Amino acid sequence: MALTTSTSRRVRSRQLVGSGPSAWLAAPALAFFLLFAVIPLIGVVVLSFTSWDGLGEIRFDAVSSWARVLTDPVTGNALVVTAKIMFFSFIVQAPISLLLGVFTAAGQKYRAALAVLYFVPLLLSSAAVAIAFKALLDPNFGLGPGLGLPALAQDWLGNSDLVLFVVVFVIAWQFVPFHTLIYQGGVRQIPASFYEAAQIDGAGRIQQFVNITLPQLKYTVITSSTLMVVGSLAYFDLIFVLTAGGPGYATRLLPLHMYLTGFKANDMGAASALGVILVVIGLGLALLLQRLGGKNRNASQLEGA
Amino acid sequence: MASTTQLPVPAPAQAREPQPRLRSRSSGRRRPNLLGGLGGWLWLAIIILPVYYVVITSLKNQAGFFTSNPMLPPTEPTLDNYQLVLQNDFARYFINSLVVTVGSVVPGLLVSFMAAYAIVRGKGRFLSWTNNLFLLGLAIPLHATIIPIYWMITRAHMYDTLLALILPSIAFSIPISVLILSNFLRDVPNELFESMRLDGCSDWAMMWRLALPMTKPAVVTVGIYNELHVWNGFLFPLILTQSPATRVLPLSLWTFQGEFSVNIPAVLASVVLATLPLLVIYVVARRQLLSGLTAGFSK
Repeated sequence: MALTTSTSRRVRSRQLVGSGPSAWLAAPALAFFLLFAVIPLIGVVVLSFTSWDGLGEIRFDAVSSWARVLTDPVTGNALVVTAKIMFFSFIVQAPISLLLGVFTAAGQKYRAALAVLYFVPLLLSSAAVAIAFKALLDPNFGLGPGLGLPALAQDWLGNSDLVLFVVVFVIAWQFVPFHTLIYQGGVRQIPASFYEAAQIDGAGRIQQFVNITLPQLKYTVITSSTLMVVGSLAYFDLIFVLTAGGPGYATRLLPLHMYLTGFKANDMGAASALGVILVVIGLGLALLLQRLGGKNRNASQLEGA
Repeated sequence: MASTTQLPVPAPAQAREPQPRLRSRSSGRRRPNLLGGLGGWLWLAIIILPVYYVVITSLKNQAGFFTSNPMLPPTEPTLDNYQLVLQNDFARYFINSLVVTVGSVVPGLLVSFMAAYAIVRGKGRFLSWTNNLFLLGLAIPLHATIIPIYWMITRAHMYDTLLALILPSIAFSIPISVLILSNFLRDVPNELFESMRLDGCSDWAMMWRLALPMTKPAVVTVGIYNELHVWNGFLFPLILTQSPATRVLPLSLWTFQGEFSVNIPAVLASVVLATLPLLVIYVVARRQLLSGLTAGFSK
């Protein structure tokens, strides 16, 4: 306690001398963020205790929206779908991104060229990706008949057993490039001397990967995983255009369920409650992942700087 | 000038050096990484196949689409689909997208840069609190707040205007921008600031004359990254706009899909047209973007 007060006093006296820019420089960014992120965040909690059809008056309604949301079996289903998509897209994307990141971090020219092409999916909007895959996965005019492989000519988007995995695949197609870049940057920061020492000790490629690359990438793994997991709570547009949550409720995940409840069923109170659930899950997962890393994000960044 | 362009990207430079050594050793001592190479090319195939399909299909006429092999290029390529898309108000949607993107990326960069500069160079509890708030913003799925945003926009009589898309887009771009920019600003050596201070420079002047030129690559990277997000954004336009007059490209793809439904080649032509501007920017600035993003996130 005594320590903190003495440091803050030191900080204040330094500021008076004029070292360091004014904190006012942060004010515009803070104002935008407060107005369009923090206040809506509070707003979503407030609205979850009201009933509102989106046009008329907002009326305080205690917990009836929450009661509706929590007793609706579609909510439970949406949570399960969200968890499944989160889980499967993580176990698909993380290893592929890690391996591709290590692969593209090496110096070879052809790998650098491949890295340039790997980025292309990031240029497409989710709507464009969804439309492209919708056409590509068509059982009559898409990939299956094109390659002459009947196994690929399934009703991918109409079969409720398959559709979830199709969605996971399309998500991976769109987002693996981004995480590849993150891992590529992480690998490039590993000092070469580590590998040289390992090679002198006679360690093979796989041993080096397991004993040097993986442990050294700890913080990169945490950053990427956090973005991946929290990001999967925002897969809205892709799935909205690709399947609209169907067939049935097979791909109606939480953000989509929120949108449809609010803007199609005009139940903004219930949709806000779903929004609160989304925020809580996202925050909880992010904190859990940071905790798994042992240190907080700031400390690791300062260390690297 | 040379030093200003080199300094902010120490990470890739420093890391690139060891690779040749590593490579010469590994290729000299043992077999090349066949499995890795195979995997790399396989992923390329997975990435390129859909892109290839979209491009060739957009050049087919409708009869050709139904009769020819879907994976073969058209025997008689046609640009009719592109003409059809262009005739359907594509230019207006394009301009809307441009206005929204420029209108949110430029102010977003400006306020984020000033905040990052204050956070890195300044002291005090207010700034560290602000920084933590922005970091928290990365962990929250901000889209969960669309309903209050919708309420605010309608109450402010901004529903169905481009400004309704611009304002929240600026706010949502701030956390990641501040994170990456402050990572780069930390690398600017303190001595440079001290020597400028001895010359009587104010903090405000140092921001523009020292910090900004030194982190220009990072600013460009963050700018392009935000541009990708805003240009491709779908949720805000879907919820905050309604009329064709304010429609942006991603939303227009979705409506084209409804209007042309069976005319798949035309729908795919609209996909190509909407992506083309970003592709051009990527071709021009790819080195900058890739090295900036790899360095920006891994610090």
